Amino acid sequence: MAKAKPRVKVPSKAKAGEIITIKTLINHKMESGFRKDKKSGELIPQQIINKFTAEFNGKPVFSADVRPAVSANPYFQFKVKVSESGTFKFTWVDDDGSTYSTEKKIKVEG
Amino acid sequence: MNVTRRQALGLGAGAAAVLVAGTAVVPAFAKEKQTADDAIKAFTGGAEAKSGKVSLTTPEIAENGNTVPVTFDVESPMTSDDHVAEVLVLADGNPRPGVATFHFSELSGEASASTRIRLAKTQNVIAVAKMSNGDFYMDKKLVKVTIGGCGG
Repeated sequence: MAKAKPRVKVPSKAKAGEIITIKTLINHKMESGFRKDKKSGELIPQQIINKFTAEFNGKPVFSADVRPAVSANPYFQFKVKVSESGTFKFTWVDDDGSTYSTEKKIKVEG
Repeated sequence: MNVTRRQALGLGAGAAAVLVAGTAVVPAFAKEKQTADDAIKAFTGGAEAKSGKVSLTTPEIAENGNTVPVTFDVESPMTSDDHVAEVLVLADGNPRPGVATFHFSELSGEASASTRIRLAKTQNVIAVAKMSNGDFYMDKKLVKVTIGGCGG
């Protein structure tokens, strides 16, 4: 499978105390484990993103335990209240043990 | 009905194939074989989930069950002593009802999130919120699905 590419949208600037919206998406087939191979008729083993986490300056902000009922190319949108400038770190954990992560900086004024 | 030898053999083979396919499928389901009610009980530890505070937004009719947008919003001040800790999202008609569990913190500001989920057929989508003081609230929405999204 092509390497999963995370895509994240974080506003670059915000006012202190503002609640911002973060949108994340990663391309992943999210194989549910219920589909059958059309030729052999055998079940295709499950392979999904099973965990997503968001940290801000090292502190956990938001996370999700994901099961196969989440669609392919899992999308998560959530809110964060920011009071200081810093860096968001987003991590996705694959069933095969690999992790994908990306970082975004935000500048908080006032 | 007159059944020839050839037809009888064909029927037998068909039945055997069904049996084999049946047994092959069962273990995959058995791993997490619980109903949505069981899943809610496991999440709340037996406590009753009250209605209110949680609002779940789903389309009334989903043409494609492979990707159904779901948004929830929980009323809460989101301070360190009064916030939403977790939200469990369930789909009661899927082979496995659990969809995802979202964890929030006081940094969240608002306990709301959106994602896209798979629905196998027309069914209820349920969101159960766990508050920091141990209370539970839930909301339920029926989604009509035109084309199911679990493959197979």
